[in-house]
Amino acid sequence: MATVIKSYEPTFWDKLYLPALVKGLAVTLRHFFKKKITIQYPDEKYVPPEGYRGLHRLNKYPDGRIRCVACEMCAAACPADCIYIEPDSSPWDGGKERYPVRFDIDLLRCIFCGFCEMACPEEAIELTEIYDFSDYTREDLIIDKGGLLDVYELTKDKNYYSRGAASQESEAATSDQS
Amino acid sequence: MDLLGFSIICAKVLLVFSATMLTVLLMVYAERRVSAFMQGRLGPNRVGPQGIFQPVADGIKFLMKEDIIPNGVNKPIYLLAPAMLLIPALMTFAVIPFGSTLTVLGREIPLQVADLNVGILYILALTSIGVYGLVLAGWASNSKFPLIGGLRSAAQLISYELAMGLSIVSIVLLAGSLKLNVIVEDQQGYLLSWNVFKQPLAFLIFLVSVYAETNRLPFDLTEAEQELVGGYHTEYSSMKFAMFFTAEYANMVTAAALTVTLFFGGWDVPLLNEASMGVLGVILSVLSFIFKTAFFLFLFIWVRWTFPRFRYDQLMKLGWKVMLPLALINIFITGGYLTLASLR
Repeated sequence: MATVIKSYEPTFWDKLYLPALVKGLAVTLRHFFKKKITIQYPDEKYVPPEGYRGLHRLNKYPDGRIRCVACEMCAAACPADCIYIEPDSSPWDGGKERYPVRFDIDLLRCIFCGFCEMACPEEAIELTEIYDFSDYTREDLIIDKGGLLDVYELTKDKNYYSRGAASQESEAATSDQS
Repeated sequence: MDLLGFSIICAKVLLVFSATMLTVLLMVYAERRVSAFMQGRLGPNRVGPQGIFQPVADGIKFLMKEDIIPNGVNKPIYLLAPAMLLIPALMTFAVIPFGSTLTVLGREIPLQVADLNVGILYILALTSIGVYGLVLAGWASNSKFPLIGGLRSAAQLISYELAMGLSIVSIVLLAGSLKLNVIVEDQQGYLLSWNVFKQPLAFLIFLVSVYAETNRLPFDLTEAEQELVGGYHTEYSSMKFAMFFTAEYANMVTAAALTVTLFFGGWDVPLLNEASMGVLGVILSVLSFIFKTAFFLFLFIWVRWTFPRFRYDQLMKLGWKVMLPLALINIFITGGYLTLASLR
C-alpha cells in the first residue's frame, strides 16, 4: 500500500529561525543549572553497584582461620590461568585438612570474570568492589595470600568506598607484600 | 591641557586597560567553567577558590613554554601579527563610555577615555584593522591551515562588515551623531528608550555580525579546529599564541561593551536619572554598564555551546543575501520615519 508522505512546509516562524534559536538557548541554559555528574575522584569515590567484580579477597572463619582448603578448583576454573596455589596439610586439626601455603593471583592476567568465585566450594575466594589498585611494577600487582587476607579485613564491612576517604588504604591490599 | 587634566586622562587609560585585561582573564576562566557547566561537568575548580586563579596558572604555563618559530615563516610579519591583532582589540575600548559624568571639585570627568566625535567610525576602522592580524598571521606562517584560516577571516570580514556598518547607521540616524556619548544620552529616559526596542532588527543584525567579527561560534570558521587544526594560530606557540588568545577575548569584551552602548543604553539604569544623584548615580551607572556587559559576555559562551558552526557558503549567504538587504530596508524605514517626523 502506498503511503502518502506529506512534505514539510516550513512556516513563516520556521523560516525566521528565531524561535528555534531561543529554544536552543533554553536547552543549554537548563543544562547550565542542572546537577553536575562529575565525581571528583580522589576526594569522592564512585561506589560500585552490588555484584561489582573488583579486587579478590580470601575469606576467613570468624575465629580467623582461612576458609580456603586449597582444592584448586578456582585455579582450574580460571580462564586466564592467573591463580597459583601451593597446598599443604594444615597446622591445625592435626594436619587432617588442606590449606594453601601460597595463594598468588596475578592481577595483570586476571580478567575479573568471577569464575573462581563460582567454582569455590568453600566460599573462600570472592571478588570485592575495590577497583583502584594500580601500582608501579608488575611484581607489585601479583597479590599473595597475606594481601588477599588483608583485602578481606578491608572489605568485610561492605562499605569500602562509602565510609570516607581517610580510612581507604587500598594500597595496603597490594603493596604489603614481602 | 593642564597637568591635572592630563593625569586624569592617564588614570582613565590605565583604569580602562587594566579593567579590560582583568575581564579577559575572568572571561578565560568563565569560558571554561560555563562550558563545563553546560556539559554537565565541573570545569577547573582546583586553583584557588572555585578555580578562580586558573587563568593565572594558564598564563604562567604560557610564559614557561618554549617559543617555537617554525622554519620558512616570514619572520617580521610572523612576529608582528599577534600584536597587530591585540592592539586594535585593546584600542577600541577607548571610545566606549562606561559611566555617566563624574563631578569632583567642580571638574567634570566623563567616564570615557576619549570622546571622539567620530567614535563609531573609529570602532569600525579598528575592528577591521584587527582582521589584518589574522590574515597576516595566516599568510606569514607558511602553512596551509593558517593560510586557509586567514583567507576565511578576510572573506568573513567583507560579508559581515557591511551589514554591521549598515545596522549601526540606523542607530546613528536616530541619535544624529557618531559620538558614542551622544548615542548613550539619546537612550536615556523611560524604559523603552533603549535602541534595542526602537531598532530590534538592527540589534539582531548587529549581534550576529558581532559574533562573526569576534570569530566566535557559530562563525568561528577562521579557527575551526575540526577542519583547520587551529586556524590562523596553528603555527604559533607560547606567549605569541597567548596574545592571539588575549586578543580574541579582548575583542569579545569590546564587542559586548559596544552592544551595550549602542543598543542597551550604555551605562543607563532604567527609570533612573543618574545625573541628579551625584556620586551614587555615577557608581550605579558604572555597575549597570558592567552588569550588561557581563550578560553579553555570558551570551557569547552560551551561544557557543548552543549553535553548531555555519558552513562557509551558508555564512556568505547569510551575510550577503539576508542581513545586508535587511539592514538596508531597516535604514530606509528609519530614514523615512525620521523624515516624516521632521515634516510634521
